Amino acid sequence: MTIPTLPLRVAPPLLFGSRRSLRLIERNLYVYRHTWLVIVSGFFEPLFYLLSIGFGLGRLVGTVPGPGGADIPYALFVAPALLASSSMNGAITEATLNFFFKLRYQKTFDAILSTPLSAADIAVGEMGWGLIRGALYTIGFLVVMVVLGLAATPLLALTLPAALLISFGFGAVGMACTSFMRSWQDFDLIQLVILPMFLFSGTFYPLDAYPEQIRLLVELTPLYQGVDLLRSLAVGVVGLDDVFHALYLAAMGIIGLLVVSRRLDKLLLK
Amino acid sequence: MTALGHVLEHRAATYRRTFWASAFTSFLSPVLFLTAMGLGLGGYVDRGGSAALGGLTYLQFLAPGLLAATVMQSAAFEATFPIIGGLNWQRTFHAMYATPLSPRDIALGNLAWIAIRMAMISTVFTAVIVVLGAAHSPLVILGIPVAVLTGMSFAAPIAAYNGTQRTPIRFNVIFRFGITPLFLFSGTFFPIESLPAPFQALAWLSPLWHGVDLTRGLVLGTFVDRPLVMAIHVVVLVAIVVVATWAATITIGRRLIRG
Repeated sequence: MTIPTLPLRVAPPLLFGSRRSLRLIERNLYVYRHTWLVIVSGFFEPLFYLLSIGFGLGRLVGTVPGPGGADIPYALFVAPALLASSSMNGAITEATLNFFFKLRYQKTFDAILSTPLSAADIAVGEMGWGLIRGALYTIGFLVVMVVLGLAATPLLALTLPAALLISFGFGAVGMACTSFMRSWQDFDLIQLVILPMFLFSGTFYPLDAYPEQIRLLVELTPLYQGVDLLRSLAVGVVGLDDVFHALYLAAMGIIGLLVVSRRLDKLLLK
Repeated sequence: MTALGHVLEHRAATYRRTFWASAFTSFLSPVLFLTAMGLGLGGYVDRGGSAALGGLTYLQFLAPGLLAATVMQSAAFEATFPIIGGLNWQRTFHAMYATPLSPRDIALGNLAWIAIRMAMISTVFTAVIVVLGAAHSPLVILGIPVAVLTGMSFAAPIAAYNGTQRTPIRFNVIFRFGITPLFLFSGTFFPIESLPAPFQALAWLSPLWHGVDLTRGLVLGTFVDRPLVMAIHVVVLVAIVVVATWAATITIGRRLIRG
């Protein structure tokens, strides 16, 4: 599970750019110092969902079949899925709306390119910042899970790197899509994909609720990879399919980053 | 009245241009929510029996609550960006003020437009409730005005507050610490009796809970069993809307006059 940190530590010099991308992270730290409340508030959203859906509604649901088929309490079923979808949502917000604003309106990246940083440094730096933010939220959520008695196995600790892998995959693909966007209206298309995925990717109930064909379709969605991976780790029933999930998300991230750095080159330097 | 009509006409003309962009968030996403939670998760809730829900299936329980909660979210949103934008960015409100329209017309006209939008959203949502078979009585139609009333009990105070704001910076906080917790804990997804006792009392402070309980009573036809509680819900919601609408005419008017 060293993949999520790979782009920061190994990939920059080899593939995507240089350690100069760290300067961009420093820039974001300075900027967000003034709006820290926005950052802090992001932690509460998944927590409210966990208390409401996991425990409030969970009392009515009782148990559901978890990974491996054994019945597990609903709160344990839904908690890792909420972590997965909040990692997705956080990464997508940062990679679409915020990224678009900096790219087209604030012209932040134009300014950065007049320094020794390259387009690839921007892609990697923005991603690194997204991962740091994602890590803070994930750690907060995991602490809450432990406090609420939802730590069923030591494997739960591995959901941290796994959640970062989700942020990495969605963040990179999100930035890649954003680089093709023309106006704010285009972002409705992203919501058109994100919301159905959030609701139907096995987040709130097992896939047995679906007919076979739909189930296969859902199993191909990116969010399902994250939900199933995190749930397997949180419950402690890990299999080969989880390796596939991890590779799927890592591939999303690497391909996305390659596309972003090329697009930024094209958009900003020509 | 005609002055108010001009404001409505302006809002309707701009809305027509962005209709399709907003159709997804307004109409489709609540339906997706209802399908996923009501049908998908509902199947698992119903396995445990329906005693906790008073003999209802989960879909029947959820649908009216989600109607009120959806309208609340849209209303809160409509009372933020369009109001702040009209006062500070596009300054369309200032343009209106340069005509014979009074600040009061401008505030009331915009709130009336939000009410019309909420009526559209609740009508579509109510049609979906009927199609999915989650309505119990023809009184389901009354769910529409009640949902609009609930929505306005959020739109009016938020618009009044935004009349004092120049940027949407507090918007995040209002949504994350106001709207989202209310959405999740006001009896929409599970009866408030499942909450710890102190929080049940807090639900009485949530306008959404009044709206959810009232809508549910009407849609399911159970309101006749508890007429007094239902009357209190109506009084609370109407009182909030009246006071906050008055406040909104003051804050928006003040901003228009003083700049």
